Amino acid sequence: MSAPSRRAMLVQAGSMLALASAPGLAATGPEFPFPGGNGARPLAKDFPQKGNMVLQRSRPPLLETPFTDFDSGVFTPNEKFFVRWHWSVIPTEIDPAAYRLKVRGQVERELSLSLSELAGFERVEIAAVNQCSGNSRGFFEPRVPGAQWGNGGMGNARWSGVRLRDVLDKAGVKSGAVAARFSGLDQPTVSEGPWFRKSLTIDHARQPEVIIATAMNGKPLPMLNGYPIRLVVPGWYSTYWIKTLNDIELLDAPDDNYWMKTAYLIPDTPRADIKPGQAGVTMVPINRMVPRSFITNLGAGAKLKARSNAAIRGLAMGGDCGVAKVEVSADGGQSWSDAKLGRDEGPYSFRQWTAKIRVPDAGDATLLVRCTNTKGEAQPDKANWNPSGFMRNVVERLPVTVI
Amino acid sequence: MMAAIAGCLVSAAAVAAPAPVFKSQAIELPADAAAFPDGPNVKVVTQNCLACHSADMVLDQPLLPRATWAAEVTKMRNVYKAPVSDADAALIVDYLAATHSPP
Repeated sequence: MSAPSRRAMLVQAGSMLALASAPGLAATGPEFPFPGGNGARPLAKDFPQKGNMVLQRSRPPLLETPFTDFDSGVFTPNEKFFVRWHWSVIPTEIDPAAYRLKVRGQVERELSLSLSELAGFERVEIAAVNQCSGNSRGFFEPRVPGAQWGNGGMGNARWSGVRLRDVLDKAGVKSGAVAARFSGLDQPTVSEGPWFRKSLTIDHARQPEVIIATAMNGKPLPMLNGYPIRLVVPGWYSTYWIKTLNDIELLDAPDDNYWMKTAYLIPDTPRADIKPGQAGVTMVPINRMVPRSFITNLGAGAKLKARSNAAIRGLAMGGDCGVAKVEVSADGGQSWSDAKLGRDEGPYSFRQWTAKIRVPDAGDATLLVRCTNTKGEAQPDKANWNPSGFMRNVVERLPVTVI
Repeated sequence: MMAAIAGCLVSAAAVAAPAPVFKSQAIELPADAAAFPDGPNVKVVTQNCLACHSADMVLDQPLLPRATWAAEVTKMRNVYKAPVSDADAALIVDYLAATHSPP
């Protein structure tokens, strides 16, 4: 597609006129128990192709999945899947006949694939969790700037599409290629600003689980989740899952663009954990995800009957591999028992779990859930900290009231 | 430095799903849900900051010390190339420190 027509497809997302009382807001949303407060958020109900979402930011849209929705099953409905854009100039119109995916750079032959040409590759499917690098950032202590997510900056879907490797092979990767850089239709609001582009090493780009998704849970992607196509990088954080993917550039040197070299960096320490103010830390691009687990059928402050048996359930993820074990504790972490794991949808998917707990005596109690992945890596008791608020995966603690 | 690429050697499974059908789509995004509350220089803040993002991006942040706000404004200018003058940047930091910093 030509530059002018492509430009015409883009508009400044949303209006710059802020309304004192916006008509699209539901009355109440969650109040996240963030350290230091400021955790109240409205629910937005007027974003296109989306249901009620926790409004983190109107423009560029930053929409969080209400946590109760995670109790509906192992796959997150498309209309409830979280939304995150970096620049406010995002695609609001897609003409599939004009859409092209370019493959260029260190290739034998440049490609400009139409969507129907793309659909001609072997079709594949994979279940995978898509999680923002900064999911749960609002719980960091001390607090750090950035999107103040609760725990709903994540979702799980059955992604179908074509293997990235098959597309790269069609172009013919030259031996000097070391990285593949991906970009989509979103554009910097200010023309000199850094385009949002992310890279994978060529070895990673050629892994068979990395796909270009043309559908999500058997349906087209919502526009705000990257319609018509997005990159899916199972096991890695969402920053690499480029939406409205339209350009793949094979590079002959590591990518030094802002979004790889300066942004989305983590301390090269176990669990990306450092002390506030710690100096002399080597920083590396964020990469694989780590295990997490959540209780989904009870909220904070839920009332349980003393000395009863209660059924709890939730979701777990291994990170970049499967879930080996989920354990629960009803006594603040002194004793643990194994939860029963639900159907295995593949190593990159959420895994549902169920457990019976013995509710303690009346008073305040804390329920804990801990996932160990198939590499033997368990969620830690103590939260990690880094200045960007990335990779939180501490054991979750749910306060309940026993009556 | 980098962790292993993929934890599990699992390929996306080939499926006999029908080819996807792509239709033309157009969406309209809602207006910003929030405005900057009153405070010193709020007009300057509104004029500069709303060009790139809605006010809730700022209002949802934790209370941050002045130095952190100053760094954020510098990042908006130097990294994201927000065309904010030196004079306006100082006024914006004053607003943020006055309205959204710890006591």
